[in-house]
Amino acid sequence: MPIMTVREALRSAMAEEMRQDPKVFVMGEEVAEYQGAYKVTQDLLQEFGPERVVDTPITEHGFAGLGVGAAFLGLKPIVEFMTFNFSMQAIDQIINSAAKTLYMSGGQLGCPIVFRGPNGAASRVGAQHSQCFASWYAHCPGLKVVSPYSAEDAKGLLKSAIRDPNPVVFLENELMYGQSFEVPEGDYVTPLGKGKIVREGTDVTITAFSIMVGKALKAAEQLADQGISAEVIDLRTLRPLDIELIVESVKKTNRLVCTEEGWATCGIGAEIASQIMDHAFDYLDAPIARVSAKDVPLPYAANLERLALPTVDDIITAVKNVTYK
Amino acid sequence: MTLQTDTLVRPTVTLQSKADLLKLYSDMLLIRRFEEKSGQLYGMGLIAGFCHLYIGQEAVVVGIQSRQNPQDTVITSYRDHGHMLACGMDAGGIMAELTGRIGGFSKGKGGSMHMFSREKNFFGGHGIVGAQVSLGTGMAFAHKYKKDGGVCITYMGDGAANQGQVAESYNMASLWKLPALYVIENNRYSMGTAVARHTSNGDFYRRGEPYNIPGEKVNGMDVFEVQAAADRAFAHIHGGHGPYILQMETYRYRGHSMSDPAKYRTKEEVDTFRNTNDPILLLTDFLVKNKTATEAELEQIQDQVKEIVKVAADFSQTSPEPDPSELYTDVLIEA
Repeated sequence: MPIMTVREALRSAMAEEMRQDPKVFVMGEEVAEYQGAYKVTQDLLQEFGPERVVDTPITEHGFAGLGVGAAFLGLKPIVEFMTFNFSMQAIDQIINSAAKTLYMSGGQLGCPIVFRGPNGAASRVGAQHSQCFASWYAHCPGLKVVSPYSAEDAKGLLKSAIRDPNPVVFLENELMYGQSFEVPEGDYVTPLGKGKIVREGTDVTITAFSIMVGKALKAAEQLADQGISAEVIDLRTLRPLDIELIVESVKKTNRLVCTEEGWATCGIGAEIASQIMDHAFDYLDAPIARVSAKDVPLPYAANLERLALPTVDDIITAVKNVTYK
Repeated sequence: MTLQTDTLVRPTVTLQSKADLLKLYSDMLLIRRFEEKSGQLYGMGLIAGFCHLYIGQEAVVVGIQSRQNPQDTVITSYRDHGHMLACGMDAGGIMAELTGRIGGFSKGKGGSMHMFSREKNFFGGHGIVGAQVSLGTGMAFAHKYKKDGGVCITYMGDGAANQGQVAESYNMASLWKLPALYVIENNRYSMGTAVARHTSNGDFYRRGEPYNIPGEKVNGMDVFEVQAAADRAFAHIHGGHGPYILQMETYRYRGHSMSDPAKYRTKEEVDTFRNTNDPILLLTDFLVKNKTATEAELEQIQDQVKEIVKVAADFSQTSPEPDPSELYTDVLIEA
């Protein structure tokens, strides 16, 4: 299989969907002439022209609402946030207009739109540019929330998201853009709402999404050296959550560590822990552990930033706690 | 760039057919009677929550609607009953939504502030003040993208005009020459706060100037002046020149919502508008003085309107509540 970076995978997903559906267009800050702040939209302007690759002013609230309005009339906008931190300016339109209108209209008015861009911490950019919005969006009915790890899934999931008739929040990660993975050739899609076991194991289940999948895999490798067999689940979609996959894994391993790069309070891990209590309480041999960012705004200083973000070692420690080793 | 109302010649209304003129009367009267009935049903406890009546502002939406094209789309805020009726949405479906019944336009799930009709090109009904302005700008973007010749007409109040996303929308609409008509219904109060207390400069029609969007202030109580202004706006937009702003000077007779006793203004102020500037009285006066219609013809229309509202009110009470199974439908579309 060919090797591709996550960046190229996302780009090719958009280009392929734009080729086959003239209703698909991309808009956002620096997506056209600049070729994307992180070069995810490289060459799209050259291929599709300025009517379908639209540079916006720095006006997140306005252009998010504009995208939703365009979707009401049947277009399929891909709205890029330069980072999801700026989506906080636009969150009213994402939730109140995009997510709720289908319900409020008795099923008349859908909103086929994708909001995408890098989410979570990058590197040394401070508190305002480093937040994970996974739990914010996953909280809300009417949205689908996707957060891929590998290039293969980034492409397949983004193509599914663009084709989906519902609003999809697609959370990427800046530090993942340059990472390379094997990617199948041709036109394939990855279904939304399905997680994936990315490493099989028997002693403990580790759930992760986005950049944390890589950390979980590294932790699993080191744990294997110490005689602990960890199963790693890449959640891939956070809403709807593939809880069946986690339940089946926990029934096998009897232990669960939920990881995420965001804060723990009301987070994805908290949600998974609650649902596992509902569906697999009798299978648990230890309390569920959470690995997350520390409960502080992300600091700038290199040493403090390292302390604030969840690490491979944090995951190993949590696994040892739940396996009593 | 800006036009002043005092420089305008009063439009030549005789160009309209008698049928067109009577339709203006009928449409405005339907909104008036519908809203009066809504107020009654609210008082009886059949309508709940927030309910914002349009009484006093009828000439605005009826005047604009009478000059737009079938492919044009409409979006507005939560004071939306009049806009829906003007778009031709069935009065019974609207009233049944107000009472939260399955026969409502949103199957009872939206309520007064959240109703839509794809068929009639009405896209809500939005409860967040100002949100409809960027949504409407996006609809205008879609009209241009699809090259369907449509214009999106976005209504907002004087209160919404101060939201940041309105300025954001003006900028993009002008930058991309979008076919967007922004209608600011200045009913003089943003909930309970008078324009002079919430706005540093009440010339909302000039808010487009920094973005090169022309605007006009219009007497929104006179349906003919509204029509004439709409014609100028649509000519500009159809010419490919981008958006246009109309500031409609109007007045709402009732409180902001049904729970508002409107103690922030005097009874005399309301009476002055009612007695000297009422849009329906002004039109009636014109029709009678110009012998366009006889008293008997107008009475016939009044009876028809009364009957439509009666049927709607009956339907809104006989249509059942949504089945409990509706709780979980329409959250997502099956992919």
